[in-house]
Amino acid sequence: MGQVTVTLNVNGRNRKVTVEPRTLLVHALREQLGLTGTHVGCDTSQCGACTVFVNGQSVKSCTLFAVQVEGDAITTIEGVAKDGELHPVQEGFWEEHGLQCGYCTPGMIMASIDLLNTNPQPTEAEIRDGLCGNLCRCTGYQHIVNAVQYAAEKVKA
Amino acid sequence: MTSPTLPKLIGARIKRREDPRLIQGRGTYVDDIKLAGMLHMAFKRSDIAHGRIVSIDTSAAEAMEGVECVLTGAQLAEFLGPMPILTPFPAPPHYAVATDTVRYAGEPVAVVVATDRYVARDAADAIQVEFDPLPVVVDPDRALAGDPAVLHPDLTNILGQTGSNIALYVPAGTGFDPVAGTVDNSAIDAAFANAEVVISQRMWNQRLVPNAMEPRGVVAHWEPGKDTLTVWSSTQNPHTARNTFCGLLGLGQDQVRVIAPEVGGGFGAKINIYGEDYVACAVSRRLGLPVKWIEDRSEAFVATTHGRDIVADLEIAAKRDGTILGLRVKLIADIGAYEMLLTALVPTLTNGMLSGVYDIPAIRSELYEVFTNKTPTDAYRGAGRPEGIYFVERGIDMLARELGMDPGELRRKNFIKPDKFPFMTQAGNQYDSGNYEAALDLALKNANWEGLKRERDAARAEGRVVGLGMSFYVEICGIGGWEHASVTVHADGRITATTGTSPHGQGHETTFSTLLSGQFGVPADRITIVHGDTAMVKAGNGTLGSRSQVSGGTAIMNAGEKVKGRMAEFAAFMLGAEAEAKADELEFVDGRIQLAGTPSIGKTFEEVAAFAYMGAGNAAGAGMGYPEGGAGLTDEAFWEPAGATFPFGCHIAMVEVDRDTGELAVKKLVAIDDCGTVVNPLIVEGQVHGGLAQGIGQALLEGAVYDEDGQLLTGSFMDYAMPRASDLPRFELDKTTTVSPHTPLGTKGIGEAGTIGSTPCIVNAAVDALSPFGVTHLDMPLRPELLWRIIQGGAQ
Repeated sequence: MGQVTVTLNVNGRNRKVTVEPRTLLVHALREQLGLTGTHVGCDTSQCGACTVFVNGQSVKSCTLFAVQVEGDAITTIEGVAKDGELHPVQEGFWEEHGLQCGYCTPGMIMASIDLLNTNPQPTEAEIRDGLCGNLCRCTGYQHIVNAVQYAAEKVKA
Repeated sequence: MTSPTLPKLIGARIKRREDPRLIQGRGTYVDDIKLAGMLHMAFKRSDIAHGRIVSIDTSAAEAMEGVECVLTGAQLAEFLGPMPILTPFPAPPHYAVATDTVRYAGEPVAVVVATDRYVARDAADAIQVEFDPLPVVVDPDRALAGDPAVLHPDLTNILGQTGSNIALYVPAGTGFDPVAGTVDNSAIDAAFANAEVVISQRMWNQRLVPNAMEPRGVVAHWEPGKDTLTVWSSTQNPHTARNTFCGLLGLGQDQVRVIAPEVGGGFGAKINIYGEDYVACAVSRRLGLPVKWIEDRSEAFVATTHGRDIVADLEIAAKRDGTILGLRVKLIADIGAYEMLLTALVPTLTNGMLSGVYDIPAIRSELYEVFTNKTPTDAYRGAGRPEGIYFVERGIDMLARELGMDPGELRRKNFIKPDKFPFMTQAGNQYDSGNYEAALDLALKNANWEGLKRERDAARAEGRVVGLGMSFYVEICGIGGWEHASVTVHADGRITATTGTSPHGQGHETTFSTLLSGQFGVPADRITIVHGDTAMVKAGNGTLGSRSQVSGGTAIMNAGEKVKGRMAEFAAFMLGAEAEAKADELEFVDGRIQLAGTPSIGKTFEEVAAFAYMGAGNAAGAGMGYPEGGAGLTDEAFWEPAGATFPFGCHIAMVEVDRDTGELAVKKLVAIDDCGTVVNPLIVEGQVHGGLAQGIGQALLEGAVYDEDGQLLTGSFMDYAMPRASDLPRFELDKTTTVSPHTPLGTKGIGEAGTIGSTPCIVNAAVDALSPFGVTHLDMPLRPELLWRIIQGGAQ
């Protein structure tokens, strides 16, 4: 199958990947760029483990081909902490035990950041609704909700 | 061996040390591993549930660029025998890839090895298989009768029968003599003869799909010339994996290293060693190259073991005052097409839990395990205990409704009383300790039970569909054999400990470093916990059955205690004659080893550690000068509890069903859990929350549904409803503490508790909500359509 070169910006760096036209964005990130923090948890776009930002908006990276993000800015979980300092949402997940096995966590953190970007002070119901595109099998979600609340408080303060 | 001293920091809410890597995307899961020259596998799977393989055409697949080889089941069987299991009962042969007959949709029939994952998948899709279909068995009752087919006609089962779908038959309870194999029914018959009221109900604990968020995966790397095999596997028990790989491949345990890297959840389904794992090992060895296989989610739905799926015909004999006289149960477990590692064992745990928390004087149970044309079952969080407790707790609730008694008071009346422990139930388990009334009282208080009743009645008066439910569970933990640990204090005073348990989300690095930190009086950040690598951990039995703190934690502390004792000897030696006489009075506090009561006589932890390796010589320039026993601070321990532990708890829920949509909302869930001593409350709460979510998922959402052709209709996250954040309430947790006499710290285990209690609690609440419509029982999952139909027309 023919190969296509795609130019994109990932976590602030300009990168080129050479992929088949059918290569999913998540596979390009993981296999070509070695950014394995973004996980694959299903094949029907239900679980959200692969959530990344495309131009600042959360997207399930298994729903896009790499060729669709030509010229776009991608942020993955590896690009969330700045200069060694955790993002408040990452800090919240640590403080509030918002993860167990950690597999859904990168996607869950990206979805939580997106949620707070659009609604900085969500109610608990808004957090639960806002994260319903992401599955976690370990936590029962309560500590994830607490983590988002922690981050919301921290950003407000 | 003296018992370890209770360390400091027990009960402290300590943040997890695992998290910094995981929240930054820096964990290494199996799929993140890439080796030079690595090939990728994909499996061609059967799309029918039962049939003979007539032909397999692999030519198109083999012609594809990048395809290294294609192997059918028959070709693989030339160098890979049937897979081992760990249960002692007769079982049919089970090849990693089907050789001549397929028995469930999704069973592998061929494997492709290619240079790229996409190519491997394309090639697998290009394989053409012709089947001669056979009749399909999906209904467990019909399976029991051998209708319409027998899956394994050559198997002679435990009853000596051939040509039967019965894989196992196990009677249990009062009057059953397991040695003689005889059953005396006089006690249970008398109980029913004397009954003033009898409850009888058929109920189904439905089949579930475990769905760890990380599907399974394996990388196998045979190194020719070295003749060693290294395997990275998403497993709960790397040592068992190593042992079974060795057995099937004819290798020594010194030649095989299994590494469980970061593992993205397991829930019992990653206890098993699967066909794909064996094939990866065998193919890597044959090709002399590393081979990777990563399961797709769609594959996981059919290729990873399922859980539950037991139907019970339950009868309870009681007096009008609520005294339970007897319990009679016939269980049929639909175990699917083959027996995996512990398949046959799991439903027998149901048999053992049928007394619940109640002093039931006569119990008779009969368990049939039957083959059907479905994915094999095996452990899923709770593994046999949720099924048993569900049946008992539904039955108790039906009895309370029949008698018009408060469900809490009926339970209280029949509890095993605190002074009766250790208590041997008629179901055959000896419970170690318990105080059920205390947990009930706390649950009633925290939930404001009487207030909730008033709230429910007021809501009903407004025409709302509201119900209250309660459940009381007990479970068995600490099973799974011994556990191993080692502790080494290095010359720089840092500590490495190894554990044979193998976490996949449970936070053992945090919990075990906390234990050692308290034991040695040094900060936890100077301690590394090593797990999940058979080359670094000498022995282990993995993480399953809520055993890790009970067995693994105790083993760690016992190994630590030995090293601590040796370290005290070094310290006493260093301190001279006065202190040496009191070596056993040295205490380990705040980085010092010092005489209790005279802290000025002491050495720093680092000084003693350095001395243990370098002796006085290196410091003083003359002689090595060790005390008797020589250099070094390292030791190990095997440990197994003297008996199983039995955590318990009481859950209370309030639910409301939307009249217009049938959707059920959990308005309140109070969970009291007693797991004995709690080491880290943060982690224990996390375990309970996750268990509650899975238990509620079973009650309301989840179910592996097969059609009559044996096709899994709920084969993706589009059709199989997993609990999402918006489906769940904020859980209200609390605890009582009844220590176990079998563990030095009094711990009991918590991993599965929430899953066991929440399911019957929610169903009991839903039945209460719908009782005005004449409902006395509902089978799970309580989907909106089912509830809506009841509310609209009363027809179930």
